[in-house]
Amino acid sequence: MTLMNEPIKRAEIKPKYCRFKKNGIKYIDYKDPDFLMKFINEQGKILPRRLTGTSWKFQKKVTQAVKRARHLALLPYVGDSLK
Amino acid sequence: MNNYETVFILNPVLSEDQAKDTVEKFAKVLTKSKADIINVEQWGLKRMAYPIQNKSTGFYNLFEFAAAPETIQTLEIEFRRDESVMRFLTTVLDRHAMEYNVRRRKGEFNRNRGEKKVYAKRKERATV
Repeated sequence: MTLMNEPIKRAEIKPKYCRFKKNGIKYIDYKDPDFLMKFINEQGKILPRRLTGTSWKFQKKVTQAVKRARHLALLPYVGDSLK
Repeated sequence: MNNYETVFILNPVLSEDQAKDTVEKFAKVLTKSKADIINVEQWGLKRMAYPIQNKSTGFYNLFEFAAAPETIQTLEIEFRRDESVMRFLTTVLDRHAMEYNVRRRKGEFNRNRGEKKVYAKRKERATV
């Protein structure tokens, strides 16, 4: 039996990176809903770091920005097929 | 003195002039408490992501200012008193946020870039 969790094609798996660290972005604007759309799923839920590759430091900032945008009705709290 | 930024949403039932007057009223509140207003932006009537007070649109406004922390209290009390304000959010700006806002005001970001392209295209058409 093969190992279940072992990826089949190892060469295809790219290492994750934090886009904020890589591009030197230091401030995440809550007034820019188009950008924040990258970090929420179709239902409007915030995507986990596991999927986006964002570092812990910036994930906290993304979360804060998304929540502020929701308060100002720039992003929905709940949505359906946002993308 | 700290740097702050406030976004507030006004009731869409107001006329354009009334909306402008209310914005001026809040600007006066700030100047009275000796705050330096750095930037005022009116985004106009925008569609909201979900209805607030059964309204689906609102006048979005932005203040950037430098003020003493006590000013925020007085400003937010004024927001709560005024029925035409549907939502407001005040945030403290750190060093990175200030840098970002300076660049934003110059229009270095996507939205503005798109506008510039549109203008360029229009100009091209006009010249042709």
